[in-house]
Amino acid sequence: MENVSKEILVQMLERMWLIRHFEVRVMEVHSAGEFTGAAHPYIGEEAVAVGACAALKDTDYIAGNHRSHGHPLAKGGSVKRAMAELYGRVDGYCKGKGGSMHLADFSIGILGESGIVASSVPVATGAALAAKIRGEDFVSMVFFGDGASNQGACHESMNLAALWQLPVIFLCENNQFAVTTSYHDSVSVEHISDRAAAYDMPGVLVDGQDAIAMYEATREAVARGRAGEGPTLIEALTYRYEEHSLGLGRVRRGEYRTQDQIDEWRERDPIDVLERTLTSQGILTQEECDAISKAKEAEVEEAVEFARNSPYPEPEELFDDMWADPIPAP
Amino acid sequence: MASNAIYVEAINQAIIEEMARDQSVFIMGEDIRRSVYGATAGLLDQFGEKRVLDTPLSENGFFGAAIGASLVGMRPIVETLTSFMWVAMDQLVSQAAKMRYMFGGQATLPVVYRATMFYGGGSAAHHSDRSYPMFMNMPGFKILVPATPRDAKGLLKTAIRDNDPCIVFEDGTLGGSSGEVEEGEAALVPFGVADVPRSGTDVTVVAIAGAVPMALRSAEELEDEGVSVEVIDPRTLVPLDKDAILESVAKTGRLVVADPAHKVCSAASEVASIVSQEGFWDLQAPIMKVAAEQVHIPYTPVLERLVYPSSEKISDAVRATLED
Repeated sequence: MENVSKEILVQMLERMWLIRHFEVRVMEVHSAGEFTGAAHPYIGEEAVAVGACAALKDTDYIAGNHRSHGHPLAKGGSVKRAMAELYGRVDGYCKGKGGSMHLADFSIGILGESGIVASSVPVATGAALAAKIRGEDFVSMVFFGDGASNQGACHESMNLAALWQLPVIFLCENNQFAVTTSYHDSVSVEHISDRAAAYDMPGVLVDGQDAIAMYEATREAVARGRAGEGPTLIEALTYRYEEHSLGLGRVRRGEYRTQDQIDEWRERDPIDVLERTLTSQGILTQEECDAISKAKEAEVEEAVEFARNSPYPEPEELFDDMWADPIPAP
Repeated sequence: MASNAIYVEAINQAIIEEMARDQSVFIMGEDIRRSVYGATAGLLDQFGEKRVLDTPLSENGFFGAAIGASLVGMRPIVETLTSFMWVAMDQLVSQAAKMRYMFGGQATLPVVYRATMFYGGGSAAHHSDRSYPMFMNMPGFKILVPATPRDAKGLLKTAIRDNDPCIVFEDGTLGGSSGEVEEGEAALVPFGVADVPRSGTDVTVVAIAGAVPMALRSAEELEDEGVSVEVIDPRTLVPLDKDAILESVAKTGRLVVADPAHKVCSAASEVASIVSQEGFWDLQAPIMKVAAEQVHIPYTPVLERLVYPSSEKISDAVRATLED
């Protein structure tokens, strides 16, 4: 905490509020029918992406998963372009071709998100391999969940990264559930971070509701990566407040958790945790925190208006972006 | 300068020339430093450990790592066998094929997968895959099927310089075949330009990969019967030079397609479909498909050889197109 600048602390609170308001607004406009399809709210988990990304530079890379509105926003992505993508418009990050699960901004190292769990883990490992081959000091970080931690892609990537000492940070967001299955029922070890031992790399268990703890743990992992000391597995313990996905109503019917459990986690809401720290240390007043929230709410509202006013792609754009070196259509 | 090389040597030359030309090219795969399959001989000595990576047996992991490296400016070549592609299908399909489109053109993936097809040699069902039709069905790959040392070298060089995911299906039955190859820039072979290794006027045979030499043998035999066969080797299936095929059929009016892959939804099916739709009025006989039988590859040679196309089967199909 002593080593964390005020600038970083304030930026973390801003980005957490930005993500919170973004997700709340997405839920509203989605239920109003303004766009369709699956969307996976990140509410409750904001400290993980924000704390971790605060330790990165624009020249570092991240890759995400299906629950990934928060990751690009945490890395400084454009809220307008993210929202426009969810609306399927031309000003969206992917010109409307990717949607909620495939936000990407290659200009600031956001290598995109994958709707197949763990599928972006090998990809991020490969970006780190490029750093090693070229002798550059950028790092690569991949966000994946407790469910994804059971995929072979994860284990293969961790072995590769440890074997070749690649600068990759495996950031497991343990939000307790893979859809409705508790990680206690699907993971063979007590903590996913324990699995790091199998690959002879550091495994760190972090309170994912605490942005400062996330930032500090990630900063260490990044320093190791830049110094050529290889990968780190960070497990962030966090909680998904909402159900698995918007647009998948049937999942709500499954009883897999109690209201008590939800309430217990909400008592340690990541935004409250950070605001309490900042106000008690005299870094910000509660009024200043509230002003940040209001400003971010307004920014999200502006993004919604921007998205609504952005045109849909033209039919002739259907075949655009298939190839870097185009070939005739079959 | 042209010289003679066998198919596997031609591949080796392509890799060496391109790695020497461009520092961003590197190669990874299983047992490549010791060049178990021949195509990676001498690479470790010339280019060092950083650019010649022996991988663990983790195809999904390292096929994906190649994608990630390509996204940030590298040009990876991955060596594999077709049969091991199945364990990496998520990375191939969910990432390599879809990424560029899904991200609205932001992603550029200059990655090359070199997949050898070993078949016809008693390797049984798990090691005899000719899987290019399955990848033709998935938009996003450029698919190359070289049948000669010249094309094995030239198409691979073009693939390494290309900015999209390419899969080179190297035909193991041709691994020891020899032919003339060029050097450097002269060796490049463009995508989407079919080769016509034999001109003729009566029947067009479009032959793919290992079926090309069979079609040429068949054409020689049929010449003795007074039948003039034109053999077309598409060389790349995506993109496919359909103009060359349609022009040939316009001349001959008859089409046989010879394809070592399984016949259902095969490359042969696609060629037949294009010609039946776009060249229908040129046809004087039904299109004949000579492709692998729709059965798994049996181990025992007496059964295995029944599965694939052969010059005899091609000749029979050509004769069938000439029946009244």
